[in-house]
Amino acid sequence: MKLGAPLLIRIVVFLLLVLFLTRPELFAPLLEPLTQNGAPAIYNQGDLLALTLSHLRTVAVATGAAAVVAVGFAILVTRPIGAEFLPLSRSIVNIGQTFPPVAVLALAVPAVGFGEKPTLIALFLYGLLPIFENTLTGLTRLPPAVVDAANGMGMTETQRLFRVELPLAFPVILEGVRLSTVIALATATIGSTVAAKGLGEVIIAGLLSNNLAFVVQGGVIVGVLAVLLSDAFSALGDAAARRTGRVVRAEAA
Amino acid sequence: MIELQHLTKRYGGTTVVDNVSLTVEARSIAVIVGTSGSGKTTLMRMVNRLVEPTSGRVLIDGVDTATIAPFELRRRIGYAIQNHGLFPHRTVAQNIATVPALLGWDSGAIAARVNELLELFGLDPAAFAKRYPHELSGGQQQRVGVARALAAKPNLLLMDEPFGALDPIVRTKAQEDLKAIQRTLGTTIILVTHDMEEAISLGDRIAVMDGGRLLQYASPNEILVRPATAFVDDLIGTGDRPFRLLSLTPLAEAVEAGPAEGEPMPGDRSLRDALAELLWSKRAALPVAGADGAVIGRVTLDGLLKRAARPA
Repeated sequence: MKLGAPLLIRIVVFLLLVLFLTRPELFAPLLEPLTQNGAPAIYNQGDLLALTLSHLRTVAVATGAAAVVAVGFAILVTRPIGAEFLPLSRSIVNIGQTFPPVAVLALAVPAVGFGEKPTLIALFLYGLLPIFENTLTGLTRLPPAVVDAANGMGMTETQRLFRVELPLAFPVILEGVRLSTVIALATATIGSTVAAKGLGEVIIAGLLSNNLAFVVQGGVIVGVLAVLLSDAFSALGDAAARRTGRVVRAEAA
Repeated sequence: MIELQHLTKRYGGTTVVDNVSLTVEARSIAVIVGTSGSGKTTLMRMVNRLVEPTSGRVLIDGVDTATIAPFELRRRIGYAIQNHGLFPHRTVAQNIATVPALLGWDSGAIAARVNELLELFGLDPAAFAKRYPHELSGGQQQRVGVARALAAKPNLLLMDEPFGALDPIVRTKAQEDLKAIQRTLGTTIILVTHDMEEAISLGDRIAVMDGGRLLQYASPNEILVRPATAFVDDLIGTGDRPFRLLSLTPLAEAVEAGPAEGEPMPGDRSLRDALAELLWSKRAALPVAGADGAVIGRVTLDGLLKRAARPA
């Protein structure tokens, strides 16, 4: 799962990304060979930094909302009161995943209009499944002795959930959020077909004007963001898991 | 005093515990022993309502537990289980503080109690309080598990195979420690085990369960000498019976007058230890020392053999 790349390489990559977003003209000579007929090498129909931030914002809002809903759902269906809804909620979340994102966009545009909203809806639906499944896994595969002890000590349902179950499931839940974030970063590019502000704009502009330099810089920014964010989530999850002694034991085994 | 009255638990058509009644005196250790599937754990879990009885009731000091909210009831009853069930994301101190925190003790009282318990269990607070459970040995985890169960000073402690995951040497030590702590604190203990040896060495009374029924509830001596059924007899193991009988009596109670050679044995050791020592050193008698170390008499091989025989 983890790229063995040391921290230093990640820092260098991050700094290069920041430099490219703030001073893209420095990289023009690098991208010029990809252009034809004197077309511009650097995207010139908008600010790359602003597009990136807008892209990230869309991903954060959609994934954040998906996380809240998916974790909430998973908690509900793992309580005795919601156990009946487990199959139903699984189906709903699975349906969200089987819809092609383009179809979601196409269906959402007539309903909510062009712009950011249809993209948010598509990313939200797409983000639900990994987080929901991981939260379910995390909450249902807790060490039985620990849950039994929590009950035997006299914790109420709510105390057990917040003091024992969620903290122990946290690394697994975080892994789900990581997956959803990476999927959303890539999927958000197609949002530009319905006029959402994002890095898809750069790629689409490149495709329309047959400018490979645009396609490459849009794609590379999205790719680098995905790798960096994924690594950050993994590191956070590992740190949380190490505290509970799980990773340490796995390494020792 | 804990009274179990006609407790029955059925799951669907299966009866797991079948009309069991028994009384545990305050400040005593009752051990429920049986094979897996005998209903012993289910019986114990009905005391703190982790399992709700199908019929029957449990009285603690005369109060029907069904009248107390389960979580409140459990906070008053200590609970220690096999594999300790320590919270892996919490430090040793936080684990021990679980029930006092649930009861809303102030932080000073909690910290004092945690230190007191760590010291009682031979764990240096400075070294252990901030460690996580996975940084402890199996024996240390088990001790923290019992310390956590005793944190809110419960009068009753339930233990489900608490020593099951320990290796034999650590287990014997843990059993001795538990007995010593029980005598100091005067806690009533109900302990579940599949190990008759453990039952005999710890229990003031032993309840033998099979197929959900209580076969016999009696003192270790009674169980050994007059097993109620063939199953109880099997569980004791005929080959070990005389030795287990000897293990129940301390040397001090079997002292005879007369001389003996060699190193004296302390009077609080069991007759079984003395027999082993006599056989091993090919002696006919050995001196017994009192609490102050002075020789108070001797035990002889002949005397031990008489005590190991079936009582008339």
